[in-house]
Amino acid sequence: MADERKSSAARIIRNGVLDENPTFRLALGMCPTLAVTTAAINGLGMGAATTFVLAMSNLFISLLRKQIPENIRIPAFVVIIASFTTIVQMLIKAFVPALDAALGIFIPLIVVNCIVFARAEAFAFKNTAKDSTLDGLGMGIGFTCALTILSSVREAFGSGTWFGIRIMPEGFQPMAILTQPPGGFLTLGIVLALFNAFEKRYLRKPSAIGKGAGRRAA
Amino acid sequence: MKEILIIIVNGVLVHNFIMNRFLGCCPFLGVSKKLETAVSMGVAVTFVMTLASLITYLFNSMLLEPLGMEYLQILAFIVVIAALVQIVEMALRKISPLLYRALGVYLPLITTNCAVLGVTILNVTSQYNLVQSVVNGFAGGVGFMLAITLFAGVRERLELADMPAWMDGFPGALITAGLMSVAFFGFAGMG
Repeated sequence: MADERKSSAARIIRNGVLDENPTFRLALGMCPTLAVTTAAINGLGMGAATTFVLAMSNLFISLLRKQIPENIRIPAFVVIIASFTTIVQMLIKAFVPALDAALGIFIPLIVVNCIVFARAEAFAFKNTAKDSTLDGLGMGIGFTCALTILSSVREAFGSGTWFGIRIMPEGFQPMAILTQPPGGFLTLGIVLALFNAFEKRYLRKPSAIGKGAGRRAA
Repeated sequence: MKEILIIIVNGVLVHNFIMNRFLGCCPFLGVSKKLETAVSMGVAVTFVMTLASLITYLFNSMLLEPLGMEYLQILAFIVVIAALVQIVEMALRKISPLLYRALGVYLPLITTNCAVLGVTILNVTSQYNLVQSVVNGFAGGVGFMLAITLFAGVRERLELADMPAWMDGFPGALITAGLMSVAFFGFAGMG
């Protein structure tokens, strides 16, 4: 659908969600992807927090890109990203303490999430403020989608629920291993392998991963 | 003494940084294709984690806490770690060029390794004292080294295996890591 409207805004968002999806395409930010996806709500919350940091730090880095000298850009990025991570951590602690308890150490660790760094270096430092914010949003949404899909699979098969609502039939025996640490590696590996197989067999277009992702979640 | 022992067993086996806590997965998956580089990475991470635990503990208890600025923890810790890594790199180049050649390339990568920032934050949230913090950092690093060394060993063998195309590479590595994680899961409840 985005193909019809060739506007650059739609293209930037689409790039983050599908063509360069940070989890399925670039394999960045693996730690939160593996760690917090035990329940769908955690995946969604982690994705939203990361999206906020991505969009805001991209915006500020882009605004300041003329002022930041080239050779000290990395420390400058670190300080900007860490500030927004601190803000998001305080907001979550104040308004959704349950999510804070579930995500724990992985909220402060948004600072060292490679996606945020990669986008600051590869996009925000070279593009306008508007495009950079959109890029941050697109990447964030792509990351959120990936986390939600993975956590949905893990929650559905690991505890028989989805967002806390029972979806599996009565006799279903939950595979508890999926909500335990090994389940993180196994689920991501299996989901990635399925996407690869699906893409190789039916589609050659890069958006195949995104479509396959939607189908898996449903 | 007993407490120290518990921290070590916990860090290396029970709550292994990669297999149980998922901290430091990027280098774990990225730098584990060859056994030799994996070991070097493990040594470098252990070194930085131990040192970072020491410095951030001092920084936190002598500067941030007396001034009531704990809210700056994330910002302060990441800056301290970045500076520390830079200093270690420069010192290593002067003192031991041989070691620098072996570990040098991995040092800049370590700044954005979440195991390092993770251990310093865990030290604060677990309210460890100076000795406990340093031991926790060291044990976490040894756990990281253990996991990445074992994983690289498996992956080197896997290179020769005939895998279906869609499993080759990243998905296969993840499944392998998952099976290893099951093995580490056996330590649960020990600490």
